[in-house]
Amino acid sequence: MSTLRHIAVVIALVAPFGVARAADGGNVVAPRLGKPMTAAEVTAWNRTIFPDGRGLPPGHGTAEEGRILYAEKCARCHGAHGEGATAEDLIGAPTPPTREDPNKTIGAYWPFATTIFDFISRSMPPAAPGSLSADETYAITAYLLAANNVISQDDDMNDKTLPKVEMPNRNGFIWIDVKKPK
Amino acid sequence: MAGKLTDADLKPVAGGGLLDRRLLLKGGIVLASAQAAASSLSAADTKAASPIEPSDPPWLHATGGPFTGYGTPSKFEKYVVRNIGGNRTPAGDGVSWTPLEDLEGIVTPSGLHFERHHDGVPDIDPALHRLVIHGLVRKPLEFKIDDLLRYPMQSRFLFIECGGNSNAGWHSEPIQRPVGAFHGLVSCSEWTGVPLSILLDEAGVDSAASWVIAEGADAGLLNVSLPLSKLTDDAMLGLYQNGERLRPENGYPLRLIVPGWEGITNVKWLRRLHVADQPAMTRNETAKYTELLPSGKARMFTFVMDAKSLITSPSPGQKMYGANVYEIRGLAWSGRGKIAKVEVSADGGKTWAEAHLQDPVLAQCFTRFRAPWAWDGKPAVLKSRATDETGYVQPERDVLVKERGREGYFHYNAIVCWAVDEDGEITHVYA
Ligand code: HEC
Repeated sequence: MSTLRHIAVVIALVAPFGVARAADGGNVVAPRLGKPMTAAEVTAWNRTIFPDGRGLPPGHGTAEEGRILYAEKCARCHGAHGEGATAEDLIGAPTPPTREDPNKTIGAYWPFATTIFDFISRSMPPAAPGSLSADETYAITAYLLAANNVISQDDDMNDKTLPKVEMPNRNGFIWIDVKKPK
Repeated sequence: MAGKLTDADLKPVAGGGLLDRRLLLKGGIVLASAQAAASSLSAADTKAASPIEPSDPPWLHATGGPFTGYGTPSKFEKYVVRNIGGNRTPAGDGVSWTPLEDLEGIVTPSGLHFERHHDGVPDIDPALHRLVIHGLVRKPLEFKIDDLLRYPMQSRFLFIECGGNSNAGWHSEPIQRPVGAFHGLVSCSEWTGVPLSILLDEAGVDSAASWVIAEGADAGLLNVSLPLSKLTDDAMLGLYQNGERLRPENGYPLRLIVPGWEGITNVKWLRRLHVADQPAMTRNETAKYTELLPSGKARMFTFVMDAKSLITSPSPGQKMYGANVYEIRGLAWSGRGKIAKVEVSADGGKTWAEAHLQDPVLAQCFTRFRAPWAWDGKPAVLKSRATDETGYVQPERDVLVKERGREGYFHYNAIVCWAVDEDGEITHVYA
């Protein structure tokens, strides 16, 4: 395999096509049409936020600021107190999800705090995703975490503190089709 | 041999009147099928000034309709549509089900492929769409759609099934709906595109990489993490569906095709592949698409869709017309490979007969099964049970519920059960 790879690379230097490895182990001759990206271009495209905080933008916010934003931009669909309305509930008791009437809200079910920031910044509110600033997103994330009793009212959420938040259900998941690294 | 059926041929091979599947190959048996109550308009429904004799209908005597740039189904089939449901506020979040009960064979017409959108269908200009591959690669790359169309391609017939398909099966009472509006978040198409391994090879994947985060260009920028090994193994960049470019609601101009894995991983409107050393733990792989067990722990990264089968005819909403010989028809599929066997039962699972599997039988694809059935007009309980080539057997509902509880929501694949009463009415039951 490494030889094939080597051939592909060498050819790529002299010809605009290469020999790629096909899934069945055979070779495919393919053009090489990808345009190399600069570091700045990659940054402009990259929207991934990892649980360890990589990808979080600079900025910060607190629950009190978030409460006002939530009432204005989110309560209509998720309920005045996050109890759910046309869209799902976001606030519940941080009890472990059990067999009887399980609670799958943020405090009870979500394993990582970074996921809240990530999902809000990429998807919410549905009519204008991407319209919230980083500060506003940190503030709403802080509000949801505080309302779920995961952080305290005046904890400042930013790219350093958010990944450190210990979610109650952090270890509540079993990996099925992929082996979990140790 | 055709037409020469003996009494021995018509001897049931299992309870309730199930006949030998080989009868279907002899071609000597005329089978009735259950009829949809009102699935198509008939001449009797349309007002005619004078009665039309089928021996001499008017369309024999006048030039027919004009040529069309893109054909559409007959107006008499206008009820065969996706069943749109689950819409909340906003309207872009919801599903539409494939009407499985109205379709035959194994290919779902593109316009009837099920939908699950989280924030609507984007209206993408392909000239402005890009796929970027970056992260743990030697060379981050950007591709135009026109460029991707020049790469070597492959075609595969593959089902795509939403991880949440059939979730009404977890309800304590059996839901009464046509089979498509219960199990129709699954469809099967011929997908054509570029093997992803070719482009990953071009970018040069770092040996530290083990995951890829795939992101779509819909309003929600939907993203999920997938193990790199699956993507280099058999995933492809889908550009064509059933011979034509993808429909907007199926990911135009580009979607990820991940054979046998849950629908959400087949990211539509694909724009970005981030090669990484860990999953991003996105909302759609943590808060959703995980399955809570009775223990309080939840199953995560349950990618593979396990074997499933169901009887599409007869099925709820259709009707049987008296004691006769019927053809039981259904679909089976498995995310782990080919379907090896489908058995049907007419006595609620006490006895089983093997169904005929219609060619082609392909891995991670719908398989059409058929079984002849001499219904005596008495109450019967129909079931189908799939076994795939790995030996996995579709479980009974009580077994699945015992193992998983009823709060997992996703990945319901238990045996489906229809009760037929003396009047030929069909209902969904747990039995
Ligand atoms: C127009 C209605 C609407 C508004 C306004 C709205 N949301 Fe949502 N929200 C939804 C819907 C619908 C979903 C489910 C989307 C899906 O199924 O993918 C959702 C999902 C979510 C989720 C994931 C919940 C879960 O359990 O998976 C979070 C978190 C969230 N919204 C936060 C917000 C925040 C914060 C705001 C305000 C900035 C907001 N939403 C505004 C409709 C809305």
